[in-house]
Amino acid sequence: MGAGHHHQLYRPGDTLVHRLPPQCKLLAVAAFAIVVVATPRERFLAFGGYLLLLAAVAAVARVSPGFVLRRMVVELPFVLFAFAIPVIGLGERISIWGVSLSVDGLWASWNILAKATLGVIASILLAATTEPRSMLLGAQRLRMPQLLVQIATFMLRYLDVVLDAMRRMKVARESRGFQARDLRQAPILAKSAGALFIRSYERGERVHLAMLSRGYTGTMPVYRDISADVRQWLFAGALPVAAAALLFIS
Amino acid sequence: MTLEVRDLAYAYPDGTQALFGVDLRISRGERVALLGPNGAGKTTLVMHLNGILTAGHGTVRVAGLQVGKENLQEIRRRVGLVFQDPDDQLFMPTVREDVAFGPANMGVRGAELDHKVTDALTRVGMLDAIDRPPHHLSFGQRRRVAVATVLAMDPEILVLDEPSSNLDPASRRELAQILKNLDVTVLMVTHDLPYALELCERALILSDGVIAADGPTRDILANESLLTAHRLELPYGFAIPSTGT
Repeated sequence: MGAGHHHQLYRPGDTLVHRLPPQCKLLAVAAFAIVVVATPRERFLAFGGYLLLLAAVAAVARVSPGFVLRRMVVELPFVLFAFAIPVIGLGERISIWGVSLSVDGLWASWNILAKATLGVIASILLAATTEPRSMLLGAQRLRMPQLLVQIATFMLRYLDVVLDAMRRMKVARESRGFQARDLRQAPILAKSAGALFIRSYERGERVHLAMLSRGYTGTMPVYRDISADVRQWLFAGALPVAAAALLFIS
Repeated sequence: MTLEVRDLAYAYPDGTQALFGVDLRISRGERVALLGPNGAGKTTLVMHLNGILTAGHGTVRVAGLQVGKENLQEIRRRVGLVFQDPDDQLFMPTVREDVAFGPANMGVRGAELDHKVTDALTRVGMLDAIDRPPHHLSFGQRRRVAVATVLAMDPEILVLDEPSSNLDPASRRELAQILKNLDVTVLMVTHDLPYALELCERALILSDGVIAADGPTRDILANESLLTAHRLELPYGFAIPSTGT
């Protein structure tokens, strides 16, 4: 039970991008995002260039456009918000197909959509080529605080266990005739959530004992060596550097 | 003497007295079953063996070293505790990292660490799973990996808490085979009396916070009145053939 593969963002592969050490990729994506955000919204050409750069990365990593598009659903709430801005925006207005829209709003909307989309695509490519575990090792390598890395590591390990417990509680509720129809059932669900919290908390205590029993003293031993050489840093750096160059010449 | 517990008493902070003077000695190479009903203090005793709880009264020595705050790290290397729920024991994202956790905490690195990891996994027959996440393994496999996480630390004594619980008959038999072939001292906490008979030549009964019986497993399990007095019973249809001596 619960042995499903939840890391659906990751696409196993053995391409140049997959083999890059995670810290290089993390830093490259972060730098790329900064360049994108720093680009003035009128530079259409630069935005087009960024998209081509990402397409190139996807091609090298053998990640298909369909895969990226499907994963882009997470952006949907932002898209809806972006569409609302021109309608409710103030200032000078123009009429498009009979709808009165704010010019400032349209610019703001374009700005959000273009930058968010590029950021989301870059993140999807990062996640598609980097295992969640290596991502954390990379973050640790980049001096992210130990404690945060540990918390995220445990989340990765125990997400399935907690989801499984949740599923069992749901089955137990429904086996005794419970149906969540409307708000009146909310107290039951809230109590279940509370019980789940207590159980997870108690598991946390037991895990801590197990860790102490094997000599844990507060820091996680780093086991896998993931150091990067200059060539790998240069390759990873190509994306943000190319993006910065595009911004400069546009 | 691998393990020596003398006059160990302990009360929880809320005042509940769990152990009332436990005495036991286990020699190197022995496999001993610790039997007892729920609430007898088995888990409390086990927690004293590697210093998670510290004795209210009395002493615990592991290979001559007295358990105390100043030598916890060494004690924890010497006493390998395998918890009942492998999901508590296996907390790292991959089997390799989990088995490496203990020795790495002891300062082992590099090729020696790799060797310890592969060796421990080989001993429980789980080397194939080395790069898999623990939650993708079956329950029986996870329990075997849990044993490996402790073997990797070269313990003086392996302490198993209910090793056969929740295992299907085949996994139960496979684990028994592995435990029999290990060349380590074992203390096995269990209510699974046939399992104790199969694996351990000696058994102790812990009841109401004291050792109530200590002897060959076969003799203890054949003594029906002794078992009944301590809320233990053999499964239906199971009988210990009398040795007749």
